[in-house]
Amino acid sequence: MRPQEAVERALDLSTTSDCMVIAEESSSANLRWAGNTLTTNGVGRSRRLTVIAVQDGSVGVVSRAGAGADELPDLVKAAEEQARGAEPAEDAAPLPAGAVAGDWDAEPAVTDISVFSSFAPALGEQFAAAQAAGSRLYGFAEHQLTSAYLGSSTGLRLRHDQPTGRLELNAKNDDSSAWTGAGTRDFTDLDVPGLGAELERRLGWGRRRLDLPAGRYETLLPPSAVSDLMIYLYWTAGARDAHEGRTVFSSHPVGSRLSPLPLRLYSDPHAPGMECAPFVLAHASGRDTSVFDNGLALGATDWISGGEVAALTQTRHSAGLTGRPVTPAVDNLIMEGAPGGATLEEMVARTERGLLLTCLWYIREVDPQSLLLTGLTRDGVYLVENGEITGEVNNFRFNESPVDLLSRVTETGRTERTLPREWSDYFTRAAMPALRVPDYNMSTVSRAS
Amino acid sequence: MHEIDPAFTALPLRVLADAALSRARELGASHADFRLERIRSQSLRLKDGALETSLETDDIGLSVRVVKDGTWGFASGIDLTPEAAAGLAGQAVAVARVAGAINREPVELAPEPAHGEQTWVSSYEIDPFAIPSAEKVELLGEWSRRLLAAGVDHVDASLLQVKENKFFASLEGTVTTQQRVRVHPQLTAVRVAQGAFDTMRTLAPPAGRGWEYLTGTGWDFDAELAEIPSLLAEKLAAPSVEAGSYDVVVDPSNLWLTIHESIGHATELDRALGYEAAYAGTSFATPDKLGRLQYGSPVLNVTGDRTAEHGLATIGFDDEGVATQEWDIVTGGLFTGYQTDRRIAHLTGRERSNGCAFADSPASTPIQRMANVSIRPAPGGPSTEELISRVENGVYIVGDKSWSIDMQRHNFQFTGQRFFRIRGGRLDGQLRDVAYQATTTDFWNSMEAVGGPQTYVLGGAFNCGKGQPGQVAPVSHGCPSALFRGVNILNALKEAGK
Repeated sequence: MRPQEAVERALDLSTTSDCMVIAEESSSANLRWAGNTLTTNGVGRSRRLTVIAVQDGSVGVVSRAGAGADELPDLVKAAEEQARGAEPAEDAAPLPAGAVAGDWDAEPAVTDISVFSSFAPALGEQFAAAQAAGSRLYGFAEHQLTSAYLGSSTGLRLRHDQPTGRLELNAKNDDSSAWTGAGTRDFTDLDVPGLGAELERRLGWGRRRLDLPAGRYETLLPPSAVSDLMIYLYWTAGARDAHEGRTVFSSHPVGSRLSPLPLRLYSDPHAPGMECAPFVLAHASGRDTSVFDNGLALGATDWISGGEVAALTQTRHSAGLTGRPVTPAVDNLIMEGAPGGATLEEMVARTERGLLLTCLWYIREVDPQSLLLTGLTRDGVYLVENGEITGEVNNFRFNESPVDLLSRVTETGRTERTLPREWSDYFTRAAMPALRVPDYNMSTVSRAS
Repeated sequence: MHEIDPAFTALPLRVLADAALSRARELGASHADFRLERIRSQSLRLKDGALETSLETDDIGLSVRVVKDGTWGFASGIDLTPEAAAGLAGQAVAVARVAGAINREPVELAPEPAHGEQTWVSSYEIDPFAIPSAEKVELLGEWSRRLLAAGVDHVDASLLQVKENKFFASLEGTVTTQQRVRVHPQLTAVRVAQGAFDTMRTLAPPAGRGWEYLTGTGWDFDAELAEIPSLLAEKLAAPSVEAGSYDVVVDPSNLWLTIHESIGHATELDRALGYEAAYAGTSFATPDKLGRLQYGSPVLNVTGDRTAEHGLATIGFDDEGVATQEWDIVTGGLFTGYQTDRRIAHLTGRERSNGCAFADSPASTPIQRMANVSIRPAPGGPSTEELISRVENGVYIVGDKSWSIDMQRHNFQFTGQRFFRIRGGRLDGQLRDVAYQATTTDFWNSMEAVGGPQTYVLGGAFNCGKGQPGQVAPVSHGCPSALFRGVNILNALKEAGK
């Protein structure tokens, strides 16, 4: 049964006042390696059908993987029973109407192990090169493709293909560990030899080791580290919780200045290379999502503009509560500073004494009032002296709030595509500049190397 | 014991397994295993007593894992036909061929006896999926309204329920059909006052139990809900902690997570050998330290098991067909044992895996996952109050909240739900803005005493993350209350530069 057919048949079976159906076809391929050898791998296909039944504002959602044609009546009935037994939903609203995607009839897009056909040999060459250099490579490559079909009783027929790829490459020798990563849509745009060379360069920086105590240091946060901090800020930027006084944005509402610099943090479903669903696709309502918004068009949205909070993530329901525009979350995140930002190398060159990080790890919220986060530096903290990297230092545990940090940033670099190290299981589409922070709080020393 | 869900046993389990395993054998696989799983879950979330999220998922799928010429191959799918199952075996072998070109370490598995046909069902009374959703929502709503009526500003209530059916068959001749049920009810109360806010969450841990857990078996929700409003009001008005070194008494509701992060993950042998190095990390507890490292003080005794009743990692047979077991990890403070799967056990010369392979879905490949890792209470040991009475100047820490630990499991930092000042052996009101930070072995070696069995609680989580592609696993950790000397307490406001 084609996904479009599943959507139509489920809608035909619906007896409630409204109904939405999401059919998803997903495929994936992955390779994982450790110590210059492959460890695990896999390919997979899955199919999921989600029925969202609405009866006079009450909602029932049932989602089944692998549901076939003979299971559709039971699936629709189960969702309708949930809806009929539920109280009216707080976020109930008329469903968006009408739009039909031009590619609605297209077959689902599929990936398989062949997506690595040029990458895998290149990786094998890196294994050999690492072996020869006395280092070991670890990492992971994954490609996923999901085709989603959204149909509704109000006539919506929308479709989106979402490719998501990521590569993480970690090199270790007896003294040091270095990391790099990349997000990709199809694995054809990766410079594997270049990434390998960068890792060897970084392992070279580790030949001189120094121990530094905990304290506040001038720190260059590379794009990956910035993305992990900004993604957490973005996830916390729900308008409803802020409206209820429960987040850092309760005390930093829209219009508040976060940074003296002209920072822009935004999302755009059409950002080149980071394209994502251009309409709302919610399987269930939650704090920051509403199934009633399914199908609403998404556009470029500034979350921070000119250093000020410009918008929080809003459903139609929360927009009604707060009197602000409807600004649902979008699945990518981009930060830009003033035009003409420097490269990371140029920022290093103009640093008298500071730390250059590689990435952040194990980030967790300590205090929601200030959005204080804790976490670790990982896979290379480098000492910069008089514009040059002079050695590698120990790792640190940091305690920092991304909100407070933005007020202290003194320089933004050039925005570039990056892979969030901490959050890439959930969020891969990010472009960030490096940031210079004059007093990053390295709270304690970590013995991890 | 309940019967395995008839809807699951009615599936053509053996037919599909035979098709897949036969095909794998024909294609020359030296090892092949087949899994067919159905995982039902339901998530209910209420905000201030009104239903916000209701999502029921039902995932069925199958997978084949092979070893072909010393390389793993894995493929998963959703079509429950013999042709599709055989096709997956073919795909898994094809993946192994592609991967074999860059595999330098032949895969071999530690032996495990063939267990024949086995059935296992977890210990629960009432299947939560037999209860109408409206009844569940009504109970969560009633609990929420109790808190709202007592003066809290907002209440988030949630209930996660999972029913997991696993069918496994291997070329070795083990065929298992298993069923597990678990539930996690949780309420968080919020108070907002004069620009400040704070929260307090229930301490009830997730449990390998059924609907009975919400109606009085295994936890007293009425008692817990009754005390939250006043405790939260006191917390919001409490003084900020002064950072420094304190003696601390840690309640099981907090300590389980510290065990999880600093002992559970640190004693996974795949981590210690570097197989998680690029992601979850490695471990300071490397094999050369086994039998030598003083992990903690002599009162620390830690076991691993997948057998504890109501444990979230508990099951009869793991996802490699290994019969589950209990074993020592730390004995009298000395590091004495690891968690293993079959490949890692063979690599390190062990005669047998201790049964820690787990895949979180039919689409996931089994990897080494955590057992229930628990601290033994002291027979005839002290109560929590007696432990507190031994502290002149300290903090009593209750409930888990924030957690973070480095990639070798040295440096950790945790917060909690409630922090009580201890003065002269007595509790003296709550504190705010507390976090505790330590290095793993320093912390466990500062453990002066553990409580008796009367303080023991089985805590845990549904969502332990590991592996790439990421997988989540449910796991429990039992422990008594415990007393630690000289622990570094941070002030979160000061850390934020306030």
